[in-house]
Amino acid sequence: MFAYLVRRLLLMLVTLFGISVVIFFLLRIVPGNIVDILFAAAGYVDPADKVDLEKQLGIDQPLVVQYLHWIGGLLHGDLGYSYVSEKPALQEILPRIPITARLAGLALLFSASIGIPLGVISAVKQGSRIDYALRVVSLSGLSLPSFWLGLLVLTASVAMFGQMPIFNANPRSFGEAFATYCIPAMVVGFRSSALTMRITRSSMLEVLRQDYIRTARAKGASDAAVNYHHALKNAILPVITVIGIEAAFLIGGLIVTETVFNIPGVARFLVEAIRWRDYPIVQNLVMFIAVVVVFANFTVDMLYAVFDPRIRYTD
Amino acid sequence: MWSVRALAATAALSLLAFSTTTFASEPKQGGILRMYHRDSPGNASIHEGATYSLNVPFMPVFNNLVIYKQDEAQNTMDNIVPELAESWAWVNDNKTLTFKLRQGVKWHDGKPFTSADVKCTFDMLMGKSQQKFRQNPRKAWYEQVNDVATNGDFEVSFNLKRPQPSLLALLASGYTPVYPCHVSPGDMRTHPIGTGPFKFVEFRANESIKLTRNTDYWRKGRPYLDGIEFTIIPNRSTAILAFVAGNFDMTFPTEVSIPLLKDVKSQAPNAICEVEPNNVSTNIIVNSSAPPFDNIDIRKAMALALDRKAFISIMFEGQGDVGGTMLPPPNGLWGMPKEMLQTIPGYGPDVNANREEAKKLMQKAGYGPEKHLAVKVSTRNIPVYRDPAVILIDQLKSIYIDGELDVVETANWFPKIARKDYMLGLNLTGNAVDDPDQSFYENYSCGSERNYTNYCNKEIEKLFDVQSQETDIAKRKKLVWDIDKKLQEDVARPIIFHARTGTCWQPYVKGVTVMTNSSYNGYRYEDVWMDK
Repeated sequence: MFAYLVRRLLLMLVTLFGISVVIFFLLRIVPGNIVDILFAAAGYVDPADKVDLEKQLGIDQPLVVQYLHWIGGLLHGDLGYSYVSEKPALQEILPRIPITARLAGLALLFSASIGIPLGVISAVKQGSRIDYALRVVSLSGLSLPSFWLGLLVLTASVAMFGQMPIFNANPRSFGEAFATYCIPAMVVGFRSSALTMRITRSSMLEVLRQDYIRTARAKGASDAAVNYHHALKNAILPVITVIGIEAAFLIGGLIVTETVFNIPGVARFLVEAIRWRDYPIVQNLVMFIAVVVVFANFTVDMLYAVFDPRIRYTD
Repeated sequence: MWSVRALAATAALSLLAFSTTTFASEPKQGGILRMYHRDSPGNASIHEGATYSLNVPFMPVFNNLVIYKQDEAQNTMDNIVPELAESWAWVNDNKTLTFKLRQGVKWHDGKPFTSADVKCTFDMLMGKSQQKFRQNPRKAWYEQVNDVATNGDFEVSFNLKRPQPSLLALLASGYTPVYPCHVSPGDMRTHPIGTGPFKFVEFRANESIKLTRNTDYWRKGRPYLDGIEFTIIPNRSTAILAFVAGNFDMTFPTEVSIPLLKDVKSQAPNAICEVEPNNVSTNIIVNSSAPPFDNIDIRKAMALALDRKAFISIMFEGQGDVGGTMLPPPNGLWGMPKEMLQTIPGYGPDVNANREEAKKLMQKAGYGPEKHLAVKVSTRNIPVYRDPAVILIDQLKSIYIDGELDVVETANWFPKIARKDYMLGLNLTGNAVDDPDQSFYENYSCGSERNYTNYCNKEIEKLFDVQSQETDIAKRKKLVWDIDKKLQEDVARPIIFHARTGTCWQPYVKGVTVMTNSSYNGYRYEDVWMDK
């Protein structure tokens, strides 16, 4: 187990190094830089001013020098300065992380707490009206783009209650906190919950046809015991995998949801930073997301062993 | 008897109503004005930007030497009032503009305001000081200023190379605040210090901008508001819904499009909305340095093919204006009269006749029904640019020109234009001041950085100088009309239309004035108050 852990950690480091190279060079391949955008915003280009500004920001240096400067700084905890706000990148990124983390956590919680039970019900009641209804709901969850669903929720909220759940960093009541985080989390988690429901259903259907389930029933075990104790425990592995993958994909959904609900989280900030070609922010944020995803995958692998005793990471 | 009682009661009620009205119209102190902002400005320094995304939140932090009256909708020379200056005078054959400065004014950090601050600001704008702006987009405005000289702490003179009456108009723009000498340009980008009615509190990129009342403001009794909070909401649907739901007291100025205005009025019928021209023209930039548009016949044919009214009815449901470079009257001060406009090729009312003439020019250039000219119409990937580009492509089809839309991301737009890597471009030009000096020199003079097409006509350039020095308004107007007509005939940068846009606010917000010939100058907010 220890050797496996060391191997995995080394692999993670190599992966993160690879990601850092890809992020850095991909960003530079994209046409235009911060200086072009600043001059575009000012509506003119002065070649001399442009050269001065590129020099000030250090983007006139060879790419390798720029890369080493970034990585060197990163290893020392110096993330550089945002080209746009001219504030330390860490100061810009840090306050936004808890907002997105809360949103993502709630979305995943919503996805699992809705998707898994409904998936089990759908499988157990296979072919019934409830199964068909749940399958339609899950299909609509997969089909509805989250930006559209978000706008629909906002419009309905204004039309029905005359109020709009707009972000408030310091909610004054439970209702406001609910509106600030839970509604957007539900919107973004709806798609994930639909996917989780479908995976749970198909995995459960497979397990429910196994001999040991029939044996359990023959021994007189209750439906609940069979479904939740015997079947779900064995059907859960693919569901965990999907939730792990969804955690990584969630950032895409959050970009849209944070924009529609005007939540000042990391995802929307990343898009704005890309638009401005704010390299220090984009590089460090993507690295942060990469670290989260790599660790999420690592955690999922570890969870396999917890849920399925047959899986043991031996040397 | 009954009728006497009724009469008395009516009189009493009328008196009550009158007194209530009088009471209600008395400005009240207090309250935070909540407004959404359409995007996150790159920084907080007005002098380093060229978008009113900067003026709207940061103009309240500053004062100018002079300013357009904030409660008058139309910017005119007669509406210019002193601000940090107490008075001004033209001397030395109109070659020196002297300002007497207000005494006892303090910067927001407590330091006193003096003439040295004025000198510093304009030296920096003219590129004459050691400290430099990172970007200086309006350096050309001060081309005629030789130097700025101080005479004691409270007098300053602008010495000009030649008379330029409109310098005063440029100084009255929201783009011309006075900066403190003791704060570096870098600090002004992140934490601006001004003398204005509101103090800067915080700017969180992509999130919010907060201002608070300057309790030490030199204009006693102002501002009425305790503060202004801008929430940055780039998504227009979300922003409008939030305004409708009452989350905001006011929309971002001139940001409500005509179709959206209908939504606002239907969902928030009590909201007050005004639609005004914003002095932003939609125009075509033509690369006349390379084929096929190096051929004047093809350029003229293109200008003849334009159906300007169609653009306006499709995009603004008829609420737009046809004009030349200068904003047309009655809102614009310098635009050509309609009769003159209609004598310019392509502006005549008979679109079919214009297009027949255009077809002949195209055939002369070797194109026709069998041989179409393929062109790329480049534009920025923003709806206000993209939508008219699509209509333009459709209209060009009628004269054997097959256009292909080339959508360019903002970061690549100016580099692409600068390296002349385009055939036709659909562009928007905003005018900070409704004055020919700003518009002509900036967009059409040889060598100007914002003259994207590099149009250069030395004869016209001489006329620019003649009109610029003319002190008689009527004479100057005539000169300006002739120049504008010539610019349109030369297809220098064909103007398609001048847009109108809406601004809405809740009924309890008072003292808002939407300016009708510029969207850059009316955001001091010291007269705005809330009746709640």
